[in-house]
Amino acid sequence: MNFLTSRRRHPLARPLMLVLALFLVGVGYMAVAPAGKSSAETEVARQVTHGEELFTVNCASCHGLNAEGTSQGPSLVGVGSASVDFQVSTGRMPMAKPAQQAPRKPTKFSDEEIAALAAYVGSLGPGVAVPEPEQYDTAGLTEEEVAEGGEIFRTNCSACHNYAGLGGALPDGRYAPPLTDVEPRHIYEALRVGPQQMPVFSQENLSDKEVRMIIAYLKDIDAQPNRGGMDLGGNGPVGEGLWAWILGVGGLMVIAGWIASKGARAK
Amino acid sequence: MAKPTTRDASTRGVDTAPEQEASTAAKGPRPFAKLESPVTALDDRVGLAALGRKNLRKVFPDHWSFLLGEVALYSFIICLITGVFLTIWFRPSMAEITYDGSYQLLKGLHMSEAFASTLEISFDIKGGLLIRQLHHWGALLFVAAMFAHMMRVFFTGAFRKPRELNWLLGVGLISMGAVEGFAGYSLPDDLLSGTGLRFADGMIRSFPLIGTWAEFFVFGGEYPGELIISRLYMVHILLLPGLLLGLVAAHMALVVYHKHTQFPGPGRTEKNVVGYPMFPVYMAKAGGFFFIVSGVLVLMATFMQINPLWQYGPYNPAQVTAGSQPDFYMGAAEGGVRIMPPWETYWFGLTWSWNIFIPGVGILGALFTGMALYPFIERWVTGDKEEHHLLQLPHQAPTRTAIGVAAIAAYFCAQLGGANDLMATHFELSLNAITWFLRIMIFVSPIVAFLVTKRICVSLQRRDNELLTHGSPSGDMERLPDGGYFEHHVNLSDDEAFTLSQHREHVPVEASPSTDAHGVRTKGGVSKNRARWSRFFYETDALKPSAEEIAEGRAHTDHENAEHGHGELTNDDGGEHGDNRELSNR
Repeated sequence: MNFLTSRRRHPLARPLMLVLALFLVGVGYMAVAPAGKSSAETEVARQVTHGEELFTVNCASCHGLNAEGTSQGPSLVGVGSASVDFQVSTGRMPMAKPAQQAPRKPTKFSDEEIAALAAYVGSLGPGVAVPEPEQYDTAGLTEEEVAEGGEIFRTNCSACHNYAGLGGALPDGRYAPPLTDVEPRHIYEALRVGPQQMPVFSQENLSDKEVRMIIAYLKDIDAQPNRGGMDLGGNGPVGEGLWAWILGVGGLMVIAGWIASKGARAK
Repeated sequence: MAKPTTRDASTRGVDTAPEQEASTAAKGPRPFAKLESPVTALDDRVGLAALGRKNLRKVFPDHWSFLLGEVALYSFIICLITGVFLTIWFRPSMAEITYDGSYQLLKGLHMSEAFASTLEISFDIKGGLLIRQLHHWGALLFVAAMFAHMMRVFFTGAFRKPRELNWLLGVGLISMGAVEGFAGYSLPDDLLSGTGLRFADGMIRSFPLIGTWAEFFVFGGEYPGELIISRLYMVHILLLPGLLLGLVAAHMALVVYHKHTQFPGPGRTEKNVVGYPMFPVYMAKAGGFFFIVSGVLVLMATFMQINPLWQYGPYNPAQVTAGSQPDFYMGAAEGGVRIMPPWETYWFGLTWSWNIFIPGVGILGALFTGMALYPFIERWVTGDKEEHHLLQLPHQAPTRTAIGVAAIAAYFCAQLGGANDLMATHFELSLNAITWFLRIMIFVSPIVAFLVTKRICVSLQRRDNELLTHGSPSGDMERLPDGGYFEHHVNLSDDEAFTLSQHREHVPVEASPSTDAHGVRTKGGVSKNRARWSRFFYETDALKPSAEEIAEGRAHTDHENAEHGHGELTNDDGGEHGDNRELSNR
């Protein structure tokens, strides 16, 4: 008599067999059915619904109830989730008031809310998706690659954003914002979607690696010590000339007055 | 100076050292005993005593504004010294190399030897960055101090006869100083200096007809070529410093020859100089001031970063950066170009572009031409042919001061245009609005500045006249019994009154009649045109009171004070003081 035959009438055998059968069916089902996707789909659907609610409350008055756009704001169909993630997490959207350009400010939304909004707008039409961390991660670049990132930056970006990423003026009160303290993800998104005045830099213009090199360069110049003293606000020769007059000529005039009034002098 | 330098035995004794020692020892301690032997040796050979007697005792007047030129001189010297250090390491070559220095953010990039050696100076040579920054701050201060000095000379009328030539030397110094600075700014071959050079290239090309040929001549081919750095290096370290040194020497020799001007005051005339001698007073003051100027510059170079060219990166004609500006002395040309409307004409089937030539070449050209011509224009207008060694206060020549301020206003508008992008971002303004504002203001502000300045100057002249005739308010207010107030005035001292009234007064020249008594046309004389300009120049001046008016006014003030001060009031001046009342005795 073997082990199984002697116990097949055991009171617990039936429930156990049942559990085993259910387990096998379950495993079999999991092996055949696309189980994970279905749960993700419900997650996305939930996110999109949540995003749509947020959109209706916060964005619809300018962009339209179906994001079709109004005279106050452009259509968002097909802009992609990366665009929403960039505009909302940097606080540019929603705008506080109509202006030539939306300024950067602290965002009022949580990460989940931003993700929901991005998912909703992303669901309206195909567009640039929020990047994966490895697309903007700067780890693993050599010094030469970072320096080359500087060269790419000066060729493509510094005309508007300044040699050190301090920003610059554009016509009619618009401007290229400073790039200091901007998260790598947002730099990546801005390049790919071209927000506001910015041109789009697609994969064909700049590969993901080149974007990573630019980001690494920007982060490195931010971290550089101020060699040669205070940077005077990074205003270039205009600031330097101003200080040469104020401290140089002005300061020495004060000292000249002191010298002329001291010691032997003609009354 | 044609006197023979042989010594006269009768006045100085037979010149043997022991005898001299014996004669001076009797007079007491000799603090410079150790110097005697070398000084005597020099005197024997180059006539030091005669030179020294003349120049060491030369008297200079004292005023803080006379030191502005010294600031320029000292910062020039500092630039020469630091420049020598920089030439030891700088390589003026446009040959392309791969950077392998210690600044890792440029590692592996292709750049010119010039830029690589500037990076080496900044990062690898001990003290190199400090000296480079000192050189750059010194250059800015050199040009700025020259401008400040020039304004002092202009507004006090120090350029008048006999100093017109020295004024011209000064104009040469400022213009060459600006070019010298620009050449230095272009040498490191970083992105900013290359952009500046591109701007200069545009200005050269903008000359009608000859532009393109001039560009090929300067750059040895099309911009940027491979020669410009070494050519500018020659200009920057040899040609212009040599010319500047020569002009500085001539400028100062003329100051000594003409003697320094002085502000008016008691005892100061057109024929004397009141002040202290060169030795020891000014030697100490000027020597000390040199160290102060050096100290201020070293402090600035230590604590204030200037031109961080490693951030700009190597020059590449395909690149440009926002915030590119020239150093301030080229800012007016840059600003003029930025606010200029895009004007072009089509003549003879050719395009004639004016949008660079008019503002770029025009503004700097007008500035330096206007400066050079001004003394001669003023002399022609005023007909003033006398020598002037006493300075004028700015308000004593209202029209000149107003012209100067108007020029500054227009220049400042152009200068602001050169910073329009920074104003737009810092003050959240529209770039286009700034451009239009400056386009209008560059014409309106000089007119407003002229009128306002002239009114202020004439008012100050009237205040002087008021002080002369009525004295200055004493600050003692008295309340009169009937409720009115009276402020006592104190007559000016004679010295003060002299200072305010010593100046020569000018009246407009009258046009001479074009025909004489016989109806024959006269030659020479004053033309109607000149008379008109002379009226423009002098007509509004408040003339100073005559001696009688001053005497009368002073007597009146004394009289009034006596009345109010001693309580006995009469009604002769207005009657509002009421009848006799006892006032507080002071």
